[in-house]
Amino acid sequence: MWGSRISQGNTFVDLVDTDWKKIAMATPEDLQFQEFEEAAQLLSANPEAVTRSARDLSSAKRERERESVRVNVNLSEEEGEEEEAELLSGQKKQPNFWSFDYYQSFFNIDTLQVLDRIKGSLLPLPGKNFVKHHLRNNPDLYGPFWICATLVFTVAISGNLSTFLLKMGDPQYHYRPQFHKVSVAGVSVFCYAWLVPLALWGFLQWRSSSNPSVTSYSFLETVCVYGYSLFIYIPTSILWIIPFDWLRWLLILLAMALSGSVLVLTFWPVIRDDTKPASIATVTAILLLHALLAIGCKMYFFQTATQTMMPVPSLAPPTGNPNITLNQS
Amino acid sequence: MAEADEASKPLFAGLSDVSISEDIPVEGEITVPVGSPSHDDEYSTLDEPVKETILRDLKAVGKKFGHVMYPKKSTTLLRDWDLWGPLLLCVTLALMLQGGSADSKEDGGPQFAEVFVIIWFGSVIITLNSKLLGGTISFFQSLCVLGYCILPLTVAMIVCRLVLLGGTGTASFIVRFIVVVASFGWSTFASTAFLADSQPPNRKALVVYPVFLFYFVISWMILTFSPSHSDGATDTGP
Repeated sequence: MWGSRISQGNTFVDLVDTDWKKIAMATPEDLQFQEFEEAAQLLSANPEAVTRSARDLSSAKRERERESVRVNVNLSEEEGEEEEAELLSGQKKQPNFWSFDYYQSFFNIDTLQVLDRIKGSLLPLPGKNFVKHHLRNNPDLYGPFWICATLVFTVAISGNLSTFLLKMGDPQYHYRPQFHKVSVAGVSVFCYAWLVPLALWGFLQWRSSSNPSVTSYSFLETVCVYGYSLFIYIPTSILWIIPFDWLRWLLILLAMALSGSVLVLTFWPVIRDDTKPASIATVTAILLLHALLAIGCKMYFFQTATQTMMPVPSLAPPTGNPNITLNQS
Repeated sequence: MAEADEASKPLFAGLSDVSISEDIPVEGEITVPVGSPSHDDEYSTLDEPVKETILRDLKAVGKKFGHVMYPKKSTTLLRDWDLWGPLLLCVTLALMLQGGSADSKEDGGPQFAEVFVIIWFGSVIITLNSKLLGGTISFFQSLCVLGYCILPLTVAMIVCRLVLLGGTGTASFIVRFIVVVASFGWSTFASTAFLADSQPPNRKALVVYPVFLFYFVISWMILTFSPSHSDGATDTGP
């Protein structure tokens, strides 16, 4: 087969040479982009398949080579210039909002990075803006989401345990799991962690449109800061099981100071160029809402001894009004 | 070409000096040995008795239960995924968590719907999380693994209910605590044995942590299950 082709002259050999040059020029960038799309398409088309990545990559490579061989030689130089221009401008195509890849870009994070961001939220240093220093243009949704989920369950479980410890000596007390508190905790924590950043982001966008010196972070960065700032409440809520009220207040003040300062350090540089009342009001609002969440959690989930001393309508009615008996049953 | 030459040698023996041009096609017959003449070569499951169908599925589920109880790094659980096992386990667990104390509707344990939602919604979220972090496991395979690994916790629930029949004192609590902690460790270990290989190496902890949280919440629900007391005044009727 090869023998007959070669005997027809050198034209085929020339074509082979030129096409290989084009392949050598174009392949690295094209391959990278194509592999990603190919794998994603295969995955979405056949969700039952376990992707065997080596095989897919090599088949994509082979297909790409075949395609590039068929491409007209004249266009090779123009295409090369276009690709170079694209690469130099540093833009990459944004995936569609409805595609899986769009959301995958928010989870582009490693274990060490998550741990580093958590450390950054625990120890606010005056010079270091959380967004600039830790996020560095790579906000993620992993941290906020799982920190909120953990906080929901931690608060509910710790609240349950603290109630149990408090009433342990009471002979009439039967342990109740109080599972409905999980729903209450869930709604309040997730609302705080997602609606407050939305409101703050909207407010900053509005201010920055009227006042050009006020910059704004993107919505994801705001959510990220709020999510990571909630991390300190997780060990705080576990420590709240210890039934000393003064300790609980001390812990809450400590937690609020640390996470509040992270938030203030992040948002102050953005808002300080605004008019005095607006900037003070914004910072105050941030701190106030943060405090509200913490104190609200404490009051609702962790009852103190004084609150349980309140007269509970007992099952054995006091001597007197039979109407009360009927109402209680 | 060589075989054709050898076959044709006795025929064309006297024609060796005749030049054969290139475009004479080689004639011949290629026959494939014919197998059994039945036209229905596929195994059709439509005509088998119902008992056989059910037993086959039950056997598959049972085999996977065995894989969960003795977790080795095998791909059987991943390859032939099915969701019957998880459904069975989820319904059993939710039903057993049902008979809990409910002297006031608010203060009781999780309702059936809450358990169901936590298990399925939690599994979906963990699967999405692992896929978004770049895992190569498919959606249903991950659901299958997470669902099947609830088996040790279901066994622990059964044991807890049996222990609670004997009383609700401190001794029974300690026994239940040990059983639940052991089965929680078993579940987490089993599911990470199946899931860990499909993740990129620098994100393994990010994927394992939600699994840990998921089984922790289920273990908590099992541990805090307290049966209804006779003096808890559950009778609110007139």
